[in-house]
Amino acid sequence: MKRYDAINEISKYISDELVIANIGFPSRELYEIKDRNKNFYMLGSMGLASSIGLGLALSQDKKVIVLDGDGSILMNLGSLVTIANQQLKNFILIALDNGAYGSTGNQETYCKKTNLLEIAKSTGFKNVYNYNDIDFKTILSQNIEEPIFIHYKIKPGNADVGIIDLSPEEIKSRFMKSI
Amino acid sequence: MLNSTEAIYQGIKSAGIDFIVSVPCINLKELLIKIDKDEEIIHIPVTREEEGLGICAGAYLAGKKIAILMQNSGLGNSINALTSLYELYSFPLVMIISHRGTEGEPIIGQVPMGNVTSDLFSILNISCKQIKTPDEAKEIVGNSWNLSTELKKPIAILADINYW
Ligand SMILES: Cc1ncc(C[n+]2csc(CCOP(=O)(O)OP(=O)(O)O)c2C)c(N)n1
Repeated sequence: MKRYDAINEISKYISDELVIANIGFPSRELYEIKDRNKNFYMLGSMGLASSIGLGLALSQDKKVIVLDGDGSILMNLGSLVTIANQQLKNFILIALDNGAYGSTGNQETYCKKTNLLEIAKSTGFKNVYNYNDIDFKTILSQNIEEPIFIHYKIKPGNADVGIIDLSPEEIKSRFMKSI
Repeated sequence: MLNSTEAIYQGIKSAGIDFIVSVPCINLKELLIKIDKDEEIIHIPVTREEEGLGICAGAYLAGKKIAILMQNSGLGNSINALTSLYELYSFPLVMIISHRGTEGEPIIGQVPMGNVTSDLFSILNISCKQIKTPDEAKEIVGNSWNLSTELKKPIAILADINYW
């Protein structure tokens, strides 16, 4: 399974949640699969998807789902520490881990060896899952007291999708209005 | 007379700022304590300034009035977020910065970043104001959020060693 199929699978269960999509192909693939006002597409600031999601989750009650990449998580590992230390009832971080910097040509990341799930556990995350071991729909509907980290192991590869033809201003303003 | 910390704190309150991220500086010590105690303000200590800017952006999307408290050395950790997140999406932000490495700085390691801080803001096209006295600080910080939302970009407020 590649990233496109994983996002497609996750999208089946998304209804009212706010979604932050990582820079590059993750955003482009989500845009093609299921564009909605409640998607925030990152066009820059690699590494900050989980941070943006955290700020959002701390500031309103809707559930927040972050679609992050392994390379981007590695760039901002401190974010896992900060998130694990918050009491959040509405935050789910999904690490789409293809072991590669997919958007820039699938150069390997250190996640070939280093295990993000173990890192998340050791930062203090209590709710840590492999996507393939869970029923995501059930997890999504549960009441939680602490943030969730979901490790989704996938294969590298980008789908043949177009670019996002929305301006940053449009992405921002329609997202803000939808909350 | 207002003390240096109280002046900034009152400015933050009158600006309506209700979401703050921080990385400590010794000069911010008292201010951080006050903000932490204030139940109207969500205060999130962060591991790195860039991360803090990401968190603030998310809070802004949900309607918060956002600020970062940091040392000027943290500007070096923030550049990509200031450009490829804040400039790109036209997000406002108030940056309240302890400016180290200026005249009278006892720690030599602060000097290189201290020297380039104002120039970096000017290259970034971000307005940066020095506050000299508590009265001035209260007013400038008090107006900061409105100014930042009018400009649709971050603004920086620098308090150097002599301010404290
Ligand atoms: C600060 C910064 N460094 C590098 C890049 C180039 N870049 C854009 S996307 C990307 C790869 C992201 O990889 P990952 O988070 O694993 O997501 P994937 O594309 O594999 O899903 C890189 C290196 C960038 N945009 N910004």
